Amino acid sequence: MRVSLIQHSPRLGDVGHNLGWTAECLAQEAALGQNLVVFPELNLCGYFLKDLVPETAIRLDGPELAQLARAAGSATAVVGAVLESRDHLFFNAAVVVGAEGVLHVHRKVYLPTYGMFDEQRYLAPGSALETVDLRLGEGESWRVGVLVCEDLWHPSAPYLMSRRGVDLIVCPSASPGRGIQGRDSELGTASIWSAMTTTYAALFTAFVAYCNRVGFEDGHYFWGGSQLHGPDGSLLSGPSDDQPGVQRAELDRGLLRWARIAYPLLRDERPDLLLRQLGEERSDV
Amino acid sequence: MSDLEINPTLACHILRLFIRDEVLKVGAKGVVLGVSGGIDSALAFTLAVQALGAEAVVGVALPYRQSSHESLADARDLARSLQAELAVVDITAQIDAYFSDRPTKDQNRRGNKMARERMSVLYDISQARSLLVLGTSNKSELLLGYGTLHGDMAHALNPLGDLYKTQVYQLAEHLQLPETLLRKRPSADLFEGQLDEDDLGFTYAQADLILYQMVDRRLPYDELAKLGYPEAIVSAVIERVRRNQFKRRPPLIAKLSARTIEIDFRYPRDWGC
Repeated sequence: MRVSLIQHSPRLGDVGHNLGWTAECLAQEAALGQNLVVFPELNLCGYFLKDLVPETAIRLDGPELAQLARAAGSATAVVGAVLESRDHLFFNAAVVVGAEGVLHVHRKVYLPTYGMFDEQRYLAPGSALETVDLRLGEGESWRVGVLVCEDLWHPSAPYLMSRRGVDLIVCPSASPGRGIQGRDSELGTASIWSAMTTTYAALFTAFVAYCNRVGFEDGHYFWGGSQLHGPDGSLLSGPSDDQPGVQRAELDRGLLRWARIAYPLLRDERPDLLLRQLGEERSDV
Repeated sequence: MSDLEINPTLACHILRLFIRDEVLKVGAKGVVLGVSGGIDSALAFTLAVQALGAEAVVGVALPYRQSSHESLADARDLARSLQAELAVVDITAQIDAYFSDRPTKDQNRRGNKMARERMSVLYDISQARSLLVLGTSNKSELLLGYGTLHGDMAHALNPLGDLYKTQVYQLAEHLQLPETLLRKRPSADLFEGQLDEDDLGFTYAQADLILYQMVDRRLPYDELAKLGYPEAIVSAVIERVRRNQFKRRPPLIAKLSARTIEIDFRYPRDWGC
């Protein structure tokens, strides 16, 4: 599978502008023969929206996703948007969309509300962690799970994806950079994301694609650093710098098979133990 | 490694991107900033020139007749080395005109008036030349409230606001700013011979370590007292941070309607950019 990670800087609150740009970019990647084109979290509207959340929200059956479906060609896109439900709840969503329409929606489960983050003030949390099968033709199929940014900070999320048999975990992100302590150290946020994506790829023997945005919003620096890891944790491409750009890579299913043979962690996992112990979990811990 | 030691290459890189991004996306042609001859404005001036190019940055020296001549000379030398414009606007006439029939010996009142006069000039240049006013207040000053409300604290963008004073020095050394600036003792230059650390009653080196533990590490106040600093200094720092909170916030609005600016009308500053 040929994957493109798109690092860009959306215009905050301007869905029309961002949609046009995204559709154009998607069409270009599709024309290059890319199968999966990943955009960062909330790339159709920007991240620190505050009261712009309802004003920038789109509907699953709205014209925006239809426009992206028309642009997709033979590719499938993962785009980020505020999604308004029929009963007017607003979700931080990653929508998987192809020429045939919307294939899957992941509503961010873990909404950070601490420090600089305020998502629960404006957004409703998702309540499902599901995967989607992407068929590439010639019998090749990939099981893809999407986790949006903070979701990945909760190991139960990639774990549950793993139990669903995920081949590739895609993580669109809008991670603001912070932590410059130490004369020679790298950005704190970059270190921890690199550690997380590497570790999850190795522990769950799955590909992990991390796509973070760039640019600034109200002084927050989005540091980019998009990267792709193989199912043994190895770095296949990236990390990118903090500039707009596209990272393209080809994922080989053979690598997945090899990793599952070499490191049979998925086979040896004991969900029964987990279930039993969680069932017995003491409430006074 | 000191708790306050940071990666200067990375910090400068982020600050240059910040200046460039926030200036260009609002359609401004560049920035204007007051250049006092001190370390903060020298760092901001340098970062702005590196971010935008010298042609997009206007430094303005705004001396009063009692201001230090060395400071003006240092500002000129810096602008020359950056190959950037330095306008000199002497504010003596307007300050003296104002105080001629309101005489006062209150140095702080006179100093605050001068700081606001400087702000007024910078905002006029900002409008005339489509430039954003770049601030030079560092995190130590902002937390301690050591600045003039609507004076030096008024600006559109502030690249230094999350750097303690000691970190400003780290970046200034990294960028190889002139030795004279690095060695000079910090002064608001509100009156002759004024020194920040005399006014405050403690050094920035002391304050920064206390502030770092208090603000960044959220150490409880009673733990701060155990850091080994004189209790009087710890209390003075804590009290200054609390007492000056008003300077760091927009004015309070009395809530009447269902949706009130800054209370429950919350939009990002970069709305649509």
